[in-house]
Amino acid sequence: MRKNNPRDNPFAEETIDLKHLEKILDEFKGQKGAIIPVLQRAQYVYGYLPKEVLQAISRKTRVPLTRLYGVATFYAQFRLARRGRHIIRVCDGTACHVRGAPQSIEAIGKAFQIEPGGTTPDYKYTLEIVYCIGSCGLAPMAVVNEKVHANIEPDKIVDELKKLD
Amino acid sequence: MPRLNSPKDLADTRLHIRQICREQHTVSPFIYVGMGTCGIAAGAGEVEQTIQKELSAHQIDAEVIPVGCAGMCAREPLVDIQLAGKPRITYANVKPSEIPEIITEHIINGNILTKKAYAQLPEHRHWLEKKSAAENLPSYHELPFYSKQIRIALKNCGMINPESIDDYISQDGYRALSKAVTGMSQEEIITEIKDSGLRGRGGAGFLTGVKWEFCYLAKGQPKFVICNADEGDPGAFMDRSVLEGDPHSLLEGMTIAGYAIGAQEGYIYCRAEYPLAIERLKKAISQAEQYGLLGSNILGTNFHFNLHIKEGAGAFVCGEETALMASIEGRRGEPRPRPPFPAVSGLWEKPSNVNNVKSYAMTPQIILNGSNWFKGMGTERSTGTAVFALTGNIKNTGLIEVPMGITLREIIYEIGGGIPKKKKFKAVQTGGPLGGCLPETALDTPVDFDSLTAAGATMGSGGMIVVDQDTCMVEFARYFLTFASAESCGKCVPCRLGGQRLLEILTRITQGGGTLDDLEEIQYISENMRAASLCALGQLTPGPVMASLRFFREEYEAHIVDKYCPAGVCKGLYSYEILEIQCRGCGLCIKSCPSGAITGSKKEPHVIDQRKCIQCGACYDVCNLEAITVIPKLETIEEIRTNN
Repeated sequence: MRKNNPRDNPFAEETIDLKHLEKILDEFKGQKGAIIPVLQRAQYVYGYLPKEVLQAISRKTRVPLTRLYGVATFYAQFRLARRGRHIIRVCDGTACHVRGAPQSIEAIGKAFQIEPGGTTPDYKYTLEIVYCIGSCGLAPMAVVNEKVHANIEPDKIVDELKKLD
Repeated sequence: MPRLNSPKDLADTRLHIRQICREQHTVSPFIYVGMGTCGIAAGAGEVEQTIQKELSAHQIDAEVIPVGCAGMCAREPLVDIQLAGKPRITYANVKPSEIPEIITEHIINGNILTKKAYAQLPEHRHWLEKKSAAENLPSYHELPFYSKQIRIALKNCGMINPESIDDYISQDGYRALSKAVTGMSQEEIITEIKDSGLRGRGGAGFLTGVKWEFCYLAKGQPKFVICNADEGDPGAFMDRSVLEGDPHSLLEGMTIAGYAIGAQEGYIYCRAEYPLAIERLKKAISQAEQYGLLGSNILGTNFHFNLHIKEGAGAFVCGEETALMASIEGRRGEPRPRPPFPAVSGLWEKPSNVNNVKSYAMTPQIILNGSNWFKGMGTERSTGTAVFALTGNIKNTGLIEVPMGITLREIIYEIGGGIPKKKKFKAVQTGGPLGGCLPETALDTPVDFDSLTAAGATMGSGGMIVVDQDTCMVEFARYFLTFASAESCGKCVPCRLGGQRLLEILTRITQGGGTLDDLEEIQYISENMRAASLCALGQLTPGPVMASLRFFREEYEAHIVDKYCPAGVCKGLYSYEILEIQCRGCGLCIKSCPSGAITGSKKEPHVIDQRKCIQCGACYDVCNLEAITVIPKLETIEEIRTNN
């Protein structure tokens, strides 16, 4: 399974080494409509899509940078800014919403001083709101890094998050 | 495993696998653990590890089989145990600490652990030797949750190992494909699907067979078969369960469709938020390729078919077929006007057939059992079954498959078990953020494409969210609008601006700033969005608002005129009060109150100090006697009095 945890790859730090792009571009060479998978792979390696990376992809694939930027900003998955080490995704899908997800979102926001979509200044936490992880029977739920937390409660989830290093 | 080069090879393999399974059964017990995303989230991973540990501690040689979602999400983690000649026994809500007892009692001593056993499945794997049912334990079909269900798309979900093609083949898997590619012409398959009356399970309800015929008749090569697995509705997980629980049924259905319309390439567009589904699909595709059930010369015929997975990147609008194809092509997922329809000009401007996961998953069963069998279920114009994800304020949350024509009441009260915590039913939302809500008076509406639309909601792809008295319908509609307007791609004006304006109006109403003219405005904007938007997203975005305005108008008026939210949800538009007659002075509310607003001595009615109360609702949730009620804010009442 693909891991999204930026801690697992050293490139999520500030240095951007374009060497890693070549392998990705080679793999998709000549494939029709491969822009999205290329961007997905690049984001996996770098943790987000830095300007330099988009420029390099554009140079190599001859797809105009404007089009890449258009695609990257269209889809919710792509990030143009660096994110925290721990990605907190709280579901605010219908089932979670009626079962009290907003209270947990508020509690997390207060505890770490972050807005939904934001990252703490020390790049420790990023808080995201997602719509439905597809396990509504266990609502409300959150996914922290890769771990799923079911039936979350405001205080308990904050405590769990504080335990992360 | 060698390639299967003929239908006979497949039949031999099936018999061979069944034989091996029978032999295995006589020597070792089978343990099934529900390992869908829902099961894993409920702790199935840890349960499975404990089982493995316990088995090795006792040196028991058992087959531990991960299965997909059986539908009873509220009872996860589920562990099933089957001993030779005995029915499959289900244990529900299993905790790791309970594993040793279950294993000792059931596997070592051979007795069912009755205090923990939930149900039995004597008919499981009908081809195993005859099994006697256990006493005093309900069968699945005797459980209220299952008794009204008929499982076609979900036939194998939770029953077989989704990562094993052999398990699928043993359950008559790929028999329909074999029948189709060696015994039927393309026209015969299309006629069969047309006759069955199968309508697209993605929501629009277009006849699947007719769609296939358009694509079959369309000129141009290559043609493409596309599966829409971009299940983005909040509160819906039907497609995920099929992908995770029975991926081969989708593969088989798509391959049959490919043969029927004359396509050699297929794409499964799956949302990236479903990593487990994608992993299992990949595995299933590679297994099918090894067996020669995908790839070149399928089952020794001249038919070639390849399948590719395309991961979505998080855009709800990509569930619209033209946007979906734009996304596969690597562009922004923006819809375009139709016609031309995808059947004529679709992916890379070639004829393409787009169907939902469930439509494809039902196909093999229709080919195998015939159109009359399928038509025999459901209603005249909506045949077969419908899959729903039943969620919200309901006892038995889960995944269900019911014959079309069943009433909402039967689903909610019999299958779903009604509303928990003695609360009252308020509304049911079908069709997700693009559907509509229906009130109690509509509960006897039959569930089928036409009746639901006529009643003011939509069938949608299968989300069914039940809400109770504590849900504010204005806030509920606002919530859906937040979602739908954020997901508007922005290409057409009615959707881009209409959604925003509607959201502004609803937000204003929930904050107590609405006027009665706003209700006219909602109507006006909604009608225009419906008429002028480019795709279904824009056309249906006003659906939830229009439905709730139609059925719950008095609630909108209460927000606007009385500045009162009767459900006690919209901050600042209500306060709490303790009913003296009901309150027995137990003190629970005092303990729960974070702001110290409640006072009162033991066994005497308590009182809320409105100046201190922050309307958090903690007391309301904790009171067992329904002594705490929602009332309009005192200052609003006074204000209205002075104004009059």
